[in-house]
Amino acid sequence: MSIRNGSQSLLKLMIVDDSNIIRRRIERSQQIARLEVVGSASNGREAVELFRRTRPDVVTMDLTMPEMDGIECVQELVALNSKVLILVVSALADKATAVEAIEKGANGFLCKPFTDRQLNDALHELLLDA
Amino acid sequence: MLKESEIRTFIEGATNYFEISAQQSASVGSPYLVTDGNPGAYDYTGIIGISGARKGIVYFSAPRGMLAVLLMRMQETDTSDENIKDLVGEVANTISGNARRDFGRNFVISVPTVVASDVEKVTAPYSKSYVIPINWRKHSAKLVVCLE
Repeated sequence: MSIRNGSQSLLKLMIVDDSNIIRRRIERSQQIARLEVVGSASNGREAVELFRRTRPDVVTMDLTMPEMDGIECVQELVALNSKVLILVVSALADKATAVEAIEKGANGFLCKPFTDRQLNDALHELLLDA
Repeated sequence: MLKESEIRTFIEGATNYFEISAQQSASVGSPYLVTDGNPGAYDYTGIIGISGARKGIVYFSAPRGMLAVLLMRMQETDTSDENIKDLVGEVANTISGNARRDFGRNFVISVPTVVASDVEKVTAPYSKSYVIPINWRKHSAKLVVCLE
């Protein structure tokens, strides 16, 4: 659930990536005042469990991960909460993968490698309607 | 065998990685063909298995010193062995994943496997591999592409 903070609601962010470096990088680099990191997961299965516990509003989602990949995880998260905003952050640079992720319920796609600015621009765009 | 345009895809992936993640350019030496099934490795190697329309492996191999500096360029202060392994796998994953821009989605990549120290464990599945030398700051690394 979102928390009111002045005129804008504070949104909970969950970071999903099998790389610890990337998880830390996203947490460190995101500079959106409305976002509060509530947890991170290293694979899709862990992400679904964490999602149930923390109920985030926004998720950054890697695709190539062990246990459960990002596309399957996107579907599971959307089934749990159709309003969740999901930014896929993946190295898979072909258009078909981005289209599939969006079709399964993701709201944006950011290709790795990324700069801090690209990350924040992508998150800003994701939150325009939040 | 790889076409010249396919080798260029991997060269662009490698230079793009350094340009964006380290915000410093890397230079690429002339790619060369190794035919004895032993393209060689440095201290740490991130290996991606390729399946689907193409089969084989892509690996990125680098010395510890290079990976530690790269981590620091990414504002990561923890240069533990765990993070070095994580990074070498992530570089391999990113370059291989980016190659799908040209190879398409049937170029299926695995999660990375990381080999540390034990250089002899890094082997190519086929006799022929292309080696792309990568030079960054004072360090040398290599990207190896071994596809059926």
